[in-house]
Amino acid sequence: MNKIEHRWLELRYFDELATRESVIHTLHPTIKLLTTLVFIAIVASFSKYEIAGLIPMFFYPFLVIGLGNIPIGMIIKRVLLTLPFVLFIGIFNPLLDQAILVQIGPVPISGGIVSFVSIIIRFTLSVVAALLLIATTGIDAICGALSNLGVPRVVVTQILFVYRYLHVLIEEVMKTIRAYSLRSPQSDGVAFKAWGSLVGLLLLRAIDRAQRIYQAMLCRGFDGEVRIVRSWQLSKGDIAFLLAWLSFFIIVRSINIPEWLGTALLGGYK
Amino acid sequence: MHMADALISPTVGAIMWATTTGIVTYSAKKVQKELDESKVPLMGVLGAFIFAAQMINFSIPATGSSGHLGGAMILAILLGPHAAFLTMASILTIQALVFADGGLLALGCNIFNLGFFPCFIAYPLIYKRIVKEGVNKKSIIIGTSLAAIIGLQMGSLGVVLETFLSGITELPFTAFLLLMQPVHLAIGIVEGMVTAAVILFILKERPEIIHSVPGGKELGTLSMKPVLIGLLVVALVTGGVVSWFASSDPDGLEWSIDKAAGKALETPEGIHSILAEVQKKIAILPDYNFKEAKPAAGEEAKEKEVAAWPSVDSGLSVAGIVGSLFTLLVAGSIGKLLQTLNRRQQKFSN
Repeated sequence: MNKIEHRWLELRYFDELATRESVIHTLHPTIKLLTTLVFIAIVASFSKYEIAGLIPMFFYPFLVIGLGNIPIGMIIKRVLLTLPFVLFIGIFNPLLDQAILVQIGPVPISGGIVSFVSIIIRFTLSVVAALLLIATTGIDAICGALSNLGVPRVVVTQILFVYRYLHVLIEEVMKTIRAYSLRSPQSDGVAFKAWGSLVGLLLLRAIDRAQRIYQAMLCRGFDGEVRIVRSWQLSKGDIAFLLAWLSFFIIVRSINIPEWLGTALLGGYK
Repeated sequence: MHMADALISPTVGAIMWATTTGIVTYSAKKVQKELDESKVPLMGVLGAFIFAAQMINFSIPATGSSGHLGGAMILAILLGPHAAFLTMASILTIQALVFADGGLLALGCNIFNLGFFPCFIAYPLIYKRIVKEGVNKKSIIIGTSLAAIIGLQMGSLGVVLETFLSGITELPFTAFLLLMQPVHLAIGIVEGMVTAAVILFILKERPEIIHSVPGGKELGTLSMKPVLIGLLVVALVTGGVVSWFASSDPDGLEWSIDKAAGKALETPEGIHSILAEVQKKIAILPDYNFKEAKPAAGEEAKEKEVAAWPSVDSGLSVAGIVGSLFTLLVAGSIGKLLQTLNRRQQKFSN
């Protein structure tokens, strides 16, 4: 039951973060969405044994965190919470791929360990990028960006509705669960016999609420089309942002910068 | 949990995204046309409800563990397949964006695995057929249980295939399958029970909700075929385009940088390793000789660390073709199944 409270807090936390002011927050949402998606795609395109080449990609999240004034704590917490599931699959790599791939001085390192570390790095990068998107943009703006990119109106409306009513329904579920657990101190979850009626009642209340919402919308002039209010101007700065990062990502993908740098530092290029 | 970006290759991700986008567009058109507008807030509220309900843990008797609702079946029963699919898609999108539950690249896969299979296969082909005789306690329990179990098995098979074809994990196909399927069988049983319990409750308290489901028309086989063909074309084109793009310039730059840095690049062996990789990858599907395919990667890379890059990229383009073939297989099987069922239905109506 604690899980629900945690989720509720996170929901409100990221919601609030998105309303802050910063250079990143004022960027056009479609630009931020596109940059994030390209970032994730390029990170995924690295070879599975790549570690060093990935490191420069950290520039993007670090810069956004810095410029956007985003507190790291919650983001790290989210990464750590979702990491175990990837770890569970990834752990098979070192176990199954034992052929030695590289040798660092006297220490041989197997391909499995390399790919395992690579998975963790890639996971962190993509999760942080997604969280930064929501932390600097907010769901309303992201939906605006989605509809700019041609996503059907029904889908965008649906996402907005779900998000809005998530807050309401999570609170209702929290209240119900709290009431239930106060009356059943021994059990940790909801008992088998109570499943149907507990969830069923919540469902019926949700359906009735939807009816009331629909009538309220009708009273306010709903005609079947949900209009998304805010509009953003695309500025030169926005386009520069996108192009700059795009070029950076492509360069990082093409050149193994750390290796190049390391070789240069160690005097490899004379 | 939902699939993460770290285990997906961009090719697999792109193919599944193309497929999911096609299905989403199709469902959106259907919903816009058929669903009456009072259902718009209902879809939203039910989406939020399922999202919240997924956080309620039910203790499973006699096992000491707990499970939670998936939700796609309840949505399909209450909203019909198209609206339910869109609702699941919206839930998964918010989970990916706000809670990082599943990656953005993998979102296409997740929506397909958790939305398409329950809404468009398990619901119409299993639940509705069982319940057709009559909506009563027995038919609902059997219908929801079977639909949930089979839907989840298909979903978990999807996860295994997508992860395996991405080539980032070392897990052999059979081992992964044997790991996932039994777990999801148990989850499916729980899902079936929870869904049945909720639906039965609603049937008792407000039966009219169950009986007046929008989109009551059968998922016509004729209308699905052009959609499936369209999806297939999109998937093939995307697979080809993405792998073509992924195997061009950056590698040329890598090769030239390495040459400048003085590493020896043995091109003939590079091509040889590409062909060897291609052969190994193609050999996977018909023969299922997975053990032979996997351990080689480490050894190959030891011999030619630089040449490892082209072999990965040829893996990308082959994975693109393999992924498209997989989609072809799925689409073809679905079409055939629907066709066979339709013919059987026609026989009975005469």
